[in-house]
Amino acid sequence: MKKLTALLIMLVAVVASPCFAAIDAFNFSSAQQENDYHALTNELRCPQCQNNNIADSNATIAIDMRAKVFELLQEGKTKQDVVNYMVERYGHFVTYNPPITVATILLWILPALLICFGLAFVFRQKGKTLIKNSSQDISTENSTVENLSDEQQKRLKALLKNKE
Amino acid sequence: MNKKLYLPLLIFLILVGAFFIQLRQNASGGDPKLLESALVGKPVPEKVMQGLFDNKDYTSGVFKQGKPILLNVWATWCPTCYAEHQYLNELAKQGITIIGVDYKDDSAKAVKWLKDLDNPYQLVLKDEKGSLALDLGVYGAPETFIIDGKGVIHYRLAGDVNEKVWKNTLLPIYNQLLEDGK
Repeated sequence: MKKLTALLIMLVAVVASPCFAAIDAFNFSSAQQENDYHALTNELRCPQCQNNNIADSNATIAIDMRAKVFELLQEGKTKQDVVNYMVERYGHFVTYNPPITVATILLWILPALLICFGLAFVFRQKGKTLIKNSSQDISTENSTVENLSDEQQKRLKALLKNKE
Repeated sequence: MNKKLYLPLLIFLILVGAFFIQLRQNASGGDPKLLESALVGKPVPEKVMQGLFDNKDYTSGVFKQGKPILLNVWATWCPTCYAEHQYLNELAKQGITIIGVDYKDDSAKAVKWLKDLDNPYQLVLKDEKGSLALDLGVYGAPETFIIDGKGVIHYRLAGDVNEKVWKNTLLPIYNQLLEDGK
């Protein structure tokens, strides 16, 4: 049992540690402010390391940006204000949520276009095979009747007559 | 043969083309990590900074000199800054005005560095906390900005200034600004 508890504790430590990769000693004035701080540092991207958020990065600039986020929150700025502040300085790159601009319009339109294209492709393909299949059926029927020799034609007619 | 069967081949060739172009760009020195400056076209941020040598306060008025200048963000802890320093000295000798921002640095070390290696700067501002650099959108050192005579930023270079970069990229912008200023 003891071993199991120890193992569990270790597992929790391993799983939880990346969430608290960077620990700064800030005195938050409210729980709300602390939440905002963590949310912001998680959604702002570090311009130096590029694939980390500033909460996970220990690059000089990420440390400075975290301090700035805290400072701005202390001044009573809202989350959006802080994001705007960073975007003004580092461009839209610092947010993981790109706005619709001329440069990013493709990102927003392309997926929708691809889905439309895919659907159109699938439905067209389906329609084509249906038509193909039915036309094939008719033509095979005709050709089989035509391909019979005279003798066979006569026999076929006789058989059909008998049936009637 | 059904023409549709060539579609995967076509997609593959397009991908090959795209990768080839990007790899060629990387090989010829294009850095895919480069960020555009959000401050191009905007004036240098208003901020009162202290000079490295005289500890006097300077406003952003020092960036409005009526002719284009360079703003160079550097630090003694940055090896690339050491590499570019010689070229900055050369530029200063050619009569180009460079204002330095000593970024998150120890002032005593910075003074010693400039005494040992020559000082290409008209003025060096201390930015121990990196606050001016943050306002400039600096994400590493060295970075160099070209500023026109009215204090407006026209270009940001992340990385070192060397002969190739100066001749190919910075000098044309600098000359253009010189023309416009007349």
